[in-house]
Amino acid sequence: MTDLYGMQRAMRNMRKAAMQRGVIAILDIGTSKIACLILRFDGPERFREQEGIGSMAGQSSFRVIGAATTRSRGVKFGEIATMGETERAIRTAVQAAQKMANQRVDHVIACLSGARPRSYGLDGVVELHENTVTEHDIARVLAACDVPDYGDGREILHAQPVNFALDHRTGLADPRGQMGNQLATDMHMVTVDANVIQDLLYCLKRCDLELAGLASSAYVAGVSSLVEDEQELGSACIDMGGGATGVSIFIKKHMIYTDSVRLGGDSVTSDISMGLQVPMAVAERIKTFYGGVVATGMDDREMIDIGGDTGDWEHDRRRVSRAELIGIMRPRVEEILEEVRSRLDAAGFDHLPSQQIVLTGGASQIPGLDGLASKILGQQVRLGRPLRVQGLPQAATGPAFAGSVGLSLFAAHPQDEWWDFDIPMDKYSGRSLKRALKWFKDNW
Amino acid sequence: MQQMNAQRPDRIKRDPAPSRAAYRIHRLWLTPLFRALLRVGLPSFTVIMLIGLYVSDAENRERMNNIAREFRAAIETRDEFMVKLMAIDGATVPVAADIREVLSQDFPVSSFDLDLEAMKAQVETLDAVKSAQLRIQSGGVLQILVMERIPAIVWRNNQGTVLLDAAGVLVGPVETRMDRADLPLVAGEGAQDHIPEALDLLQAAAPIMDRVKGLVRIGERRWDIVLDRNQRILLPADDPILAMARIITLDDAQDMLARDLSVVDMRLGYRPTIRLQHDAADGLRRIRVSEIGVTQE
Repeated sequence: MTDLYGMQRAMRNMRKAAMQRGVIAILDIGTSKIACLILRFDGPERFREQEGIGSMAGQSSFRVIGAATTRSRGVKFGEIATMGETERAIRTAVQAAQKMANQRVDHVIACLSGARPRSYGLDGVVELHENTVTEHDIARVLAACDVPDYGDGREILHAQPVNFALDHRTGLADPRGQMGNQLATDMHMVTVDANVIQDLLYCLKRCDLELAGLASSAYVAGVSSLVEDEQELGSACIDMGGGATGVSIFIKKHMIYTDSVRLGGDSVTSDISMGLQVPMAVAERIKTFYGGVVATGMDDREMIDIGGDTGDWEHDRRRVSRAELIGIMRPRVEEILEEVRSRLDAAGFDHLPSQQIVLTGGASQIPGLDGLASKILGQQVRLGRPLRVQGLPQAATGPAFAGSVGLSLFAAHPQDEWWDFDIPMDKYSGRSLKRALKWFKDNW
Repeated sequence: MQQMNAQRPDRIKRDPAPSRAAYRIHRLWLTPLFRALLRVGLPSFTVIMLIGLYVSDAENRERMNNIAREFRAAIETRDEFMVKLMAIDGATVPVAADIREVLSQDFPVSSFDLDLEAMKAQVETLDAVKSAQLRIQSGGVLQILVMERIPAIVWRNNQGTVLLDAAGVLVGPVETRMDRADLPLVAGEGAQDHIPEALDLLQAAAPIMDRVKGLVRIGERRWDIVLDRNQRILLPADDPILAMARIITLDDAQDMLARDLSVVDMRLGYRPTIRLQHDAADGLRRIRVSEIGVTQE
């Protein structure tokens, strides 16, 4: 418990220091690409205030001054598999972004797309000492949450209070100052594999960067690509990345569930590679140029050169029809969506008042995906693109950058988490008091 | 095994990942302090150090000085800056000769070597020169405009006879008083400090000017006017002009000075006194005696 507080607190302090310096880097380490954005914070929102429109997610308080993307190496299923390769890829991206920004960055906020996230719903109840709710009471009720045994080798990534209830009134966002006798809270906790975080930390340390924050990529993709009413009424964001597909469910502007499917665009590519007997790079190219999930009669006639360089004429002049390609891709995409469907069902998504589904991420650009998804996931499906932020290059505004943009918003306006509230006094172990006394004795 | 065809058109280029050292150097280069140090600090340090090393050698210093000196000399000795002759205006011939002697300047000389201030001071040390203006005119002429002192009075003192101007400043010696018979004469110790007063007195004495022989300063305190026929007017220390005016008035009214007086003493304003000549006093007594009928044998 205290350990968790310590690490997360340290990251928060690091973020504060970075804010003071005004420059922070965003690092989205994905399976297919590594994106690095450098944000400059110019202070509080200066331009929007006069117009009377505040920003929704604080996106006007910063500006992207450097952006770079590089092909990811050594990452599998959103987890670092080969440290050296990944480290070099991170260096490439960070250096290019620094060059563009003409500024050095020391603090970085990163996100994790894999690492087997697991969601827990926690609740806690306390009796109030006085009749009004104070900040201390909130810290107390958060500390009273019953933390389940999430197992060895797991770390808490997020622990966000999503709801407060005061006596019989529930759905309070901020109960401070209100009258009541009993305060209850619901908390959403996400745990991930600890060794994935360790690997990430090690890689960043090797690049002389300091981690100022860590977020789940499914969560940040939802922050950037869901519009306000979708976040409010209930919706699911499907972030279809290269190696993993993240699922996050939002309601009342809080994430209440997240999960990840270890399938993604790279699975489709490897299917094509195996099916057509071509290298991965060629398969990726064919997928992006000719890929699709709905075949028509036209597609039978459209032939694709798949090439090769074995020197064998017959082998190097192979051609396939686009229908064949679609025939390879479609089952895999369907499988991903079915898997997502099962995760949503397990989370009880069909009980939400609104069941909007937003597809984002690089793999969501397959033509015809929204039609296929609406057959599997439900009627309310749309393709999402990330929010626009100042200074972002045109090349980085596509759905593949939902995670990066969401991470920028997260950097500007992080959600209050468990560790942002003070630990209540009674939770401190007696040992620390003894240590303080010892310090006094030693020094006075 | 070598590839069959070396040039594959769709070969994917590897990412140009920077090495750890290159990455670190790039980051270091982007550090503002380091950058400022390298871009401003290092070059300036290098330049200053090189200059310092060069200058610290005495031989180099000497060489640089020589070059500077030669360069300076080359400019100074240009024809445009050379002064070839000196022209003295407003001075009489002997004074001009004196000025030339005092300055003792050889021509031609560069105008950079002429210290006009010092030369002006030098020229003005001459007694006969009241003020001087020195300027270098185009064509290499040193023009000296001299205002000479105008002698206003002749002062005879223990050493000899000298000329003074209206302010009492020495103009020059004179051989005899007769050389400058046109100027009035003063004598006595301390007379040179009161020349303006003396000139005022002489002006007040204008009606009897043909009889005035000169002024004598008595006791460094007051004036005597010496007239011919051994007559002498003793003036007070305070306001001698007024006393002089009274004498002129008396003379006008009673022809006083034409009488056989030797001294008119005006030192006490409320009691002017006259002294008769010795013969006149005798004659007066004789007349008185004969009037009372006493014959003197």
